[in-house]
Amino acid sequence: MLTALLRHEVDLSYSCKTGVCQTCMLRASKGEVPAYSQEGIKKTLRAQNYFLSCLCKVEHDMEVTSPNDADLFSSATVRSKQLLTADICSVQLEIATPLFYHAGQFINLRKGRRLLRSYSLASLPQQDDYLEIHVRRLKNGKMSNWILDEMQVGDDIDIEGPMGHCFYAPESIEQNLLLIGTGTGLSPLLGITRDAIYHGHKGEIHLYHGSHLEDGLYNQQRLLEMQKNIVNFYYHPCVSGAVQQSDYASGRACDVALKDHSKLQNWSVYLCGAPPMVNATKKLAYLSGARLEDIHADPFQLTDLRSQKREK
Amino acid sequence: MGDTLFEQIGGEAAVDAAVDLFYRKVLTDESISHFFEDTDMDAQRAKQKSFLTMAFGGPNNYTGQQLREAHAPLVAKGLNESHFAAVAGHLQATLQELGVAENLIEQVMAIAASTHDDVLGL
Repeated sequence: MLTALLRHEVDLSYSCKTGVCQTCMLRASKGEVPAYSQEGIKKTLRAQNYFLSCLCKVEHDMEVTSPNDADLFSSATVRSKQLLTADICSVQLEIATPLFYHAGQFINLRKGRRLLRSYSLASLPQQDDYLEIHVRRLKNGKMSNWILDEMQVGDDIDIEGPMGHCFYAPESIEQNLLLIGTGTGLSPLLGITRDAIYHGHKGEIHLYHGSHLEDGLYNQQRLLEMQKNIVNFYYHPCVSGAVQQSDYASGRACDVALKDHSKLQNWSVYLCGAPPMVNATKKLAYLSGARLEDIHADPFQLTDLRSQKREK
Repeated sequence: MGDTLFEQIGGEAAVDAAVDLFYRKVLTDESISHFFEDTDMDAQRAKQKSFLTMAFGGPNNYTGQQLREAHAPLVAKGLNESHFAAVAGHLQATLQELGVAENLIEQVMAIAASTHDDVLGL
């Protein structure tokens, strides 16, 4: 349905096109909604015939409308905005009504009527009274450029969510955790790590953060501090380009991590970054012995939008 | 004993024990892994599970026609005799690794062999 609507130049928000981000959600006012197109949608919204247009194959006449604002969105206020590197910033959002979420899940941010983008949560609901997201400037990225250049403390913004299945499971308290992320894929991994520590995680926690250049390794102070204080937490910064400083591992984070840990029986693995890295690493982690149900990733993370045609 | 092959081999628990061994073998065999590479590994693993259930003589809804249609895109990509033999070999090795009795392995291999023409679109 989404393809058809876009072909007819219907002005619609969308992003991942794989049923994850929920930005293309519509509501059917007439016609039966196929159950598979409601996968992952909140029960209350399913009952109102909300569905994901990217998953829906149209097999009979349907009448669809845009989502009702109040059903999906709530308001948040920008509480702080801090530049972490030249093109990555951390944003804290204050919410009027508490949001029930797990660190590592994501929310959609909306600007205007149509611009919707997903960002993962680095904050921990048990400790932070705000939502924290990390935003990297993407070439041609309307939302990221607006956030970095124009958004001000005090601005109101609509949020939707939380969504996603990439978060810490307290029942895995004894398992070793391997977290691998590139770029702002660190955001959910930071949240998941903090959640694990909060729950008194007993297994080892290894966080591999990869960047092409050293200056992309943001939040280092914070992570080094955590490493100093938490006996079973290990932070491994990795640089895939030229390395100046010897305290970084040289190579892609996924390669370094799987070289350090080649036997992953009974490990829990979390992957956040560009889909090709996530998919390749998922396979390697599985072949190294991890069970598929112990490998967590929301595959749309950091979908490369540079070449994608966007709304006008 | 009137036990079916599926019961003798250990039923669903046997399928669970075999699926990861089998899928990992297939994925690491470079002569065939490209037929099994799918970004949705969970869906791919589920397919291996239903294949094993069928080969173990368990409850399944496979028809020759479905097998034929499901494999047609792979045949178009060059799926042939040697690939079929390689998968059969991994199936056999998986069962041996799990210590399944030879006479049961023979029966499983016979079921797998019976899909030959449909899988290869002959």
